[in-house]
Amino acid sequence: MSSVFFQCFQALLMVLLAPLVAGFLSTVKARLQNRHGAGIMQPWRDIRKLFAKEVVLAEHASWIFRFTPYVVFTATVMAASVAPALLLHTPLSLTADVIALVALLALARFFLALAGMDIGTAFGGMGSSREMTFSALAEPAMLMSVLVLAIGAHSTNITTMVTHTLTTPLLIQPSIAFALAAMLMITIAETGRIPIDNPTTHLELTMIHEAMLLEYSGRHLALMEWASMVKLLLFATLIIDLFMPWGISSEASLIGVALALVIWLFKLMGLLIILAVFETSLAKLRLFEVPQYLGTAFVLSFLGLMIHYMLEVGV
Amino acid sequence: MTNVVNNTWFAERLGDHGIHSQYLEDHHPAHMPCLEIRRLDWAHAAEEAKRLDMRLVAVWAAQAGHHDDQTQLYSYMAFAHPEHRHVVLRTTVSLENLEIPSISSHYISACRMERHIQDMFGIQIQNISDARLWIKHEHWPENATPLIHDFDGKTPLMSDSNRVDIDYDYVPCDSECVYEIPVGPVHAGIIEPGHFRFLAVGEKILNMEERLGYVHKGIEKAMQGRNVDDGLKLASRISGDSTVGHSWAFAQACEYAANISIPKRASYIRGILCERERIANHIGDIGAICNDAAFAFMHVQCSRLREDMARLHAKVFEHRLLMDTLTIGGVAYDLSAKTCRQLIQQTRNIAAEVERLRDIYADTPSIQQRVIGAGIVSVNDAKDIGLLGYVGRASGHYPDERIEEAYAPYNDLDIPTPQGKLGGVSTRVWVRFEEIANSSRMITQLLEELPEGEIQTQWEAPQAGISGFTAIEGWRGEIAAWVRFNKDGLIDRYFVRDPSAVNWLGLELAVRTVPVPDFPLVNKSFNCSYAGNDL
Repeated sequence: MSSVFFQCFQALLMVLLAPLVAGFLSTVKARLQNRHGAGIMQPWRDIRKLFAKEVVLAEHASWIFRFTPYVVFTATVMAASVAPALLLHTPLSLTADVIALVALLALARFFLALAGMDIGTAFGGMGSSREMTFSALAEPAMLMSVLVLAIGAHSTNITTMVTHTLTTPLLIQPSIAFALAAMLMITIAETGRIPIDNPTTHLELTMIHEAMLLEYSGRHLALMEWASMVKLLLFATLIIDLFMPWGISSEASLIGVALALVIWLFKLMGLLIILAVFETSLAKLRLFEVPQYLGTAFVLSFLGLMIHYMLEVGV
Repeated sequence: MTNVVNNTWFAERLGDHGIHSQYLEDHHPAHMPCLEIRRLDWAHAAEEAKRLDMRLVAVWAAQAGHHDDQTQLYSYMAFAHPEHRHVVLRTTVSLENLEIPSISSHYISACRMERHIQDMFGIQIQNISDARLWIKHEHWPENATPLIHDFDGKTPLMSDSNRVDIDYDYVPCDSECVYEIPVGPVHAGIIEPGHFRFLAVGEKILNMEERLGYVHKGIEKAMQGRNVDDGLKLASRISGDSTVGHSWAFAQACEYAANISIPKRASYIRGILCERERIANHIGDIGAICNDAAFAFMHVQCSRLREDMARLHAKVFEHRLLMDTLTIGGVAYDLSAKTCRQLIQQTRNIAAEVERLRDIYADTPSIQQRVIGAGIVSVNDAKDIGLLGYVGRASGHYPDERIEEAYAPYNDLDIPTPQGKLGGVSTRVWVRFEEIANSSRMITQLLEELPEGEIQTQWEAPQAGISGFTAIEGWRGEIAAWVRFNKDGLIDRYFVRDPSAVNWLGLELAVRTVPVPDFPLVNKSFNCSYAGNDL
């Protein structure tokens, strides 16, 4: 079968699986709290419900507010569809550059922050201000973490980096451990999870991501929610790609891809369970401690970089 | 209660300073006397009370009673002293000259109560530091005096189109770096309505101002002309989570006025109900506080425990929140030996589970980091405001009517008071944990020593014009209630001061130490009632 088919399959899978991933995460969290939970299908039901509802627009909403959901959703889905999840070499894999991915997500964030301020409510502006403050710290840390791996592979292209990891003999590389720790911390911050943000809160004053969505309704809200689910899945896939890619199919065969799918799902579930345990056992950080948290992530990736030079280059 | 000696302590102190006071015979009980003073001495008397380290309980007003001169209004204020109990002062306000001096320069908590009087009776408060409308919002007709008897309770409010467009003047700030965050009265969660206006620089709170009154239901007006049973039904709905406390305050005020005492067994059952209510609310709040810091585990566990209590309440008392469990002169439900065992068993189990949750809470650094040092009210501020209940007990101010007033059944019990000093969220949570443990011991003791006998005394309406005053330690703190009867044995005027009316002021101070996103956490640790404040 052609790699084009698998590329499309993979992109669709990322988009359609994202709500299930969110549902799985909340179900695991519910179980950890001794609750039943609403089931893994609940995010899908919510999205369907929201699409059926009418859109209520604020009086002062400009075109930015109306366009943002589409921009955010498209940018996120684009980013998610190029990241290799199952198949290494796809027609779009050349574009799967980490810097491009970060840029796509930054575009989405840029519009989201604008939309937050567009209608002029206090909460939207507050959310935008917090989001931009934290992303200014999170994005360099993320790039730095990826650079640790990119230096070894001499490329920021994900496919090249994955190939590099797969082809080098399995050695203990302490730099990778630092980069992984940093990446996990940033993933939590970027996807708005506890202890940085609480996606399930109803308290406007504590929100970061949700504060910018407060005025959205109907299909706009559905797209926004869906986009953030896709983003969570994208980050999980990135972690899998960069730090534990073993199992990804390097040829476009049905059996190879099917096997890769099973292995990928297992790794995904493992990551989500870790995240759920983490979220259940932690309270949210005080807002002023978030920069320290992100600073720690940056320092960790920087240490990883230094260790890479110190211990691993020229060995 | 007939053999209690008259409490003349405060009258003597007033006399020392040349304030003449007259003991009023138509007020009960004798140990919480009502003294008539001249209007000239009003502010002076408050100053004297302040000097004697007395706590302001409430300020309120009423129209003249049955055997008084009908062209008069009365203004009341009540003080409490830890040893010398409560005393009520009254002064006359004539209809021609509707003015009384403000006492808010001596007692800061008086200000909102005076504004309430101003709104409801049209009495001008002289020299009040804040004369804005409080409970009577802009959609009331101008010059409406809702609590004057002649005012028709069914007067329609003005529609949005023809109401006078007066903006409420929030504390202003004209600096360009300060921005205002209006929050509420409609919130994203299922909570009561109230408006909070923040002045913030970045994420730091400079000032937070509350505006309440959105749940004003006209409880005081609705009480007028009710018989005691209907009144009790209404009183138990003043603030749903504090239904036993409010019913007890109402019932006891009526019983004091009528000079009847309730059977010992009934008082024990009231104690059990009130302490169960305290435990249930503390558990719910502890969970909610943790949930506000996104520590959902505690929230889920606490909700489960609270639900267990609610279900047993539904089984034994036919109401999950214990509404309508009290009657005037007794209680509505007797406890069989079997239900006693059930209640003991469950109370113990829940207290044990709470202790386990307390360990988890104490051993989780991330939640500790959030609650320690957040939302501090200093001991001095707490005493100035007169903070009540667990909020006061966390800040070094320990009024507890179960000890000071020692009404039955608490006179038979040993009541430890958790004495916090730091006044932050963590201290308030600590006080709640302590109170859960203490209350569960009290419940067990009350159930084990439950005396045999009747659970109901016959109600006999007092004579016209008789008033009664009481103070009950509800779960939020002291609920003060004053009731007066008319010539048909119906309620002429009922005033109740929920502890929230005082504690709301503490919240305004507490949030000045935290960044904006910590406000919900601090707010939840206070958990003041909107309904109880707005009436």
